[in-house]
Amino acid sequence: MRVAVIVFPGSNCDRDMHHVLTDVFKLESQLVWHTDNLPNNIDAIVLPGGFSYGDRLRAGVIAAHSPVIAEVKKMAEKGMPILGVCNGFQILTESGLLPGALLKNTSLSYICKWTEIIVKNNKTPFTNRFKPNQRIPIAIANGEGRYYADKKTLESLKKNNQIVFAYAEDINGATMKIAGICNKEGNVVGMMPHPERSAEQILNPSDAKPASLIFESLLKTLGVTA
Amino acid sequence: MSLTPQESEYLEKKIGRKPNHVETQIVAAEWSEHCSYKSSKKHLKILPRQGKRVISGPGYDSGVLDVGDGYVVTVHIESHNHPSAVEPYGGAATGVGGVIRDILSAGTRPIAILDGLRFGDIEKDMHARWLFKNAVRGIADYGNCLGIPTIGGEIEFDKCFTNYALVDVASVGFGKKERLIQNRADKGDFVVLLGGSTGRDGVGGSQFASDKLESENRSAVQIPDPFIEKLVIEAILDARNQNCIKAMKDLGGGGLSCAISETADALSVGIDLDLSLVHKREQNMSPTELMISESQERMLVITSHEKLETLKKICEKFHVPCSVIGRITDDKMMEVRSEKNIIAKLPSDVVANAPLLDRPSSVPKYLKNISSVEKPKTPKNLSQTILKMLSNPNIASKHWVYTQYDHEVGIRTVVKPGNDASVLRLDNGKFLSVKIDGNSKHCYVNPRQGVIGCFDEACRNVICTGATPIGMVDHLQFGNPEDPQIFWTFKESVEGITEYAKYFEIPCVGGKVSLYNETDNGPIKPTPLIGILGLIESKPLIPKKAEKNDLVVMVGLTKDELGGSEYYEYIHDIIGGKCPTVDMSSSKANQAAVLEVIPQDLVKSVHDCSKGGVGVAISETCIKNEIGCNVLLNKIPSENLRHDELLFSESHSRFLLIVDPSKIKKVKSILEKRGVQNEIIGKFSGRNITFKDKTKLVASVRVDKAQEKWLNSLGSLVGHG
Repeated sequence: MRVAVIVFPGSNCDRDMHHVLTDVFKLESQLVWHTDNLPNNIDAIVLPGGFSYGDRLRAGVIAAHSPVIAEVKKMAEKGMPILGVCNGFQILTESGLLPGALLKNTSLSYICKWTEIIVKNNKTPFTNRFKPNQRIPIAIANGEGRYYADKKTLESLKKNNQIVFAYAEDINGATMKIAGICNKEGNVVGMMPHPERSAEQILNPSDAKPASLIFESLLKTLGVTA
Repeated sequence: MSLTPQESEYLEKKIGRKPNHVETQIVAAEWSEHCSYKSSKKHLKILPRQGKRVISGPGYDSGVLDVGDGYVVTVHIESHNHPSAVEPYGGAATGVGGVIRDILSAGTRPIAILDGLRFGDIEKDMHARWLFKNAVRGIADYGNCLGIPTIGGEIEFDKCFTNYALVDVASVGFGKKERLIQNRADKGDFVVLLGGSTGRDGVGGSQFASDKLESENRSAVQIPDPFIEKLVIEAILDARNQNCIKAMKDLGGGGLSCAISETADALSVGIDLDLSLVHKREQNMSPTELMISESQERMLVITSHEKLETLKKICEKFHVPCSVIGRITDDKMMEVRSEKNIIAKLPSDVVANAPLLDRPSSVPKYLKNISSVEKPKTPKNLSQTILKMLSNPNIASKHWVYTQYDHEVGIRTVVKPGNDASVLRLDNGKFLSVKIDGNSKHCYVNPRQGVIGCFDEACRNVICTGATPIGMVDHLQFGNPEDPQIFWTFKESVEGITEYAKYFEIPCVGGKVSLYNETDNGPIKPTPLIGILGLIESKPLIPKKAEKNDLVVMVGLTKDELGGSEYYEYIHDIIGGKCPTVDMSSSKANQAAVLEVIPQDLVKSVHDCSKGGVGVAISETCIKNEIGCNVLLNKIPSENLRHDELLFSESHSRFLLIVDPSKIKKVKSILEKRGVQNEIIGKFSGRNITFKDKTKLVASVRVDKAQEKWLNSLGSLVGHG
């Protein structure tokens, strides 16, 4: 089973994600530079966090137009599990793979802290090991992390069960406290919080078990018995 | 600014002719105080630099320490004071960028940033607030984009920094010993400039930083671009892995002048440089501008004929501009050309080694006036005093600052900011604890004891996480060294650091001197900063929650040492008195005792007792754990002090141990066996932080009220929630 972690110029959580996938959850993962072709035999794709292209113009917008994203889109259509974390989520919305947008936090500041999110959809490839409404202690770190969508989009998100994670408390002014969403089909998930920073007990000030279920869900999805 | 008449004469004698204009400018940049250390160098020689973990090599811009299993950590500290005082956002950001490249120069990946910030009185001074907010934003925007966690630091506000700013940045790197850059060069090797393009920003920056801050010389401030820096980091590390780098140097103060002359001098070679080949962002730049521009995000790399193409390919992959600007020669000269025109030709050792100065020094007059002060009256309501101390910007929580910094990226941060010291996990299963400490108030009252105290405090902070100090960096910040009274404080400081370093056998592995920190208001207080790296072989002490009936054990003696304390200065507006003095042997014993207790899982957490004294240390512990505590002041090991003195004395070498009652016997027996002063002074319970003298109530504050003051006062001052 192989997971491709796409690396853009300015990505900076790529090695962290690679470490957690490979060393902690024993998933074979590979860093893929954005100009290289996607390897043939992959089963999932992760777009990691960071500052692709230095957040120039708008977070994620330049990376969203790189050729590798066209390939990611093809894989998305085929139903491959795709996870975008933080900047990866921003790239997914900018590329149109996920609806809505991520705006500057209401504090206008970068926010790095520990918080809790609640699982709202436990049917995605990254949440199928959770109980409904399970809480996850998790790290957030972003400046443009406030999810926004218009009314019509929000209604369709609700109707199609596309809200995957919500913050337990209002942390940055996100619409409906949304922390993560998926596409209609459920295989493409974007989230602002960082599961790769939260799934090892030594790093997580409260409980790392819930965040580790995000990766264990992927293991289950890919048919690897955890 | 240019060369002094004596320096011009010395230069002429050395090169046997009059230098031309460009040559004079090159030498003036390199012989600036900032680059040459001409006032300080003679005195810095006394610092102990040897140690069993120290790896030294030619031309390293950072200290290198062996942490076993084939791994090294690197560390460096720098400041960006003058630029930050003029343009805090760009000044602070480029301060981060510069020190990061020093870590990179050794061939190690930067894994942490710490910063020490100092401004005027932000409660009253709006300009200080503006400087503070923008410096923090500059550090955040730069460090966050690079993906290097900012894991700690310290902040101090004092009137002596009015209209000024001290922005100190330390960085830590990690890597394999075998991948350290060897720094060698052979005739015919290529000199490659890679990274950001060269422009007119930061022209003459190092001379600007070597003078009193008089004018707002914005063109001397460099412009930050963290995205290019990030690409440079990845390109350099890739090039390192592919053995493309024979030698490397960051371009910082003095720009090309400094990088070329120092590289040639350190490697005992010559460099033939063609300025027409430098990639530029502006047109018609003069040779002088090109030589002394301090445009950021640039690295100088020496590579061989065989590896040049690989290096170019790597740069292409990461979209990093690079140009081959010269060749290594064997004549030890730096020859600067523009195509065929020779613009400057100087012996590199002459350029790289300014004539050193013997500055006179004399005991400052002010010390006499402040050495003894009349004791203030004990405030009637010490509960109110405690609340006021907790809302003092120097003491209040700094979470408004560190939540703006990504302190988790890299997934190494196991003890987070907001604790005594942060701890990083290393790839060999060990842990690294890092802290920087300074205290301008103590150092003003007693320059020597003040810096010894900073050293002791930084050591205590890493010890609180279970780490043994293995190396130190210092950053010495003073006013105009031409003033003998200021120079005396500098010398005292260096001697104090040396004394402590020798006694505790902690080698100095790097440092920096920043002089001429003055405005029209006068010089800053002496502000040396000490950075400590501590190593944990097995596991760090990650603080556990204090619960009802847990006990507080105090280790160390509380003395009548209120000079320079936050209590004297913030509550009573008194500057002076006797500042805390470290008793080296008892400090060593206390440290050893605590380091024996921690690995045996006998304590829930350990805290350093410093700024604001035991009153503040206990309150902070209660606030963080959301539980009250009953403290008996009469139990505190002390020399017959008043209640306010017991609460707020900042005596060094003290620790607070939080212990589960079932483990107290074992803890006490270790402390007794070690013969260190210790006493159970309090017990956690309830919702009040209460201080009693036997049965008499001295002060009591509710935890939630204390929490509100401590958590919010800094953020509310700067306008964000």
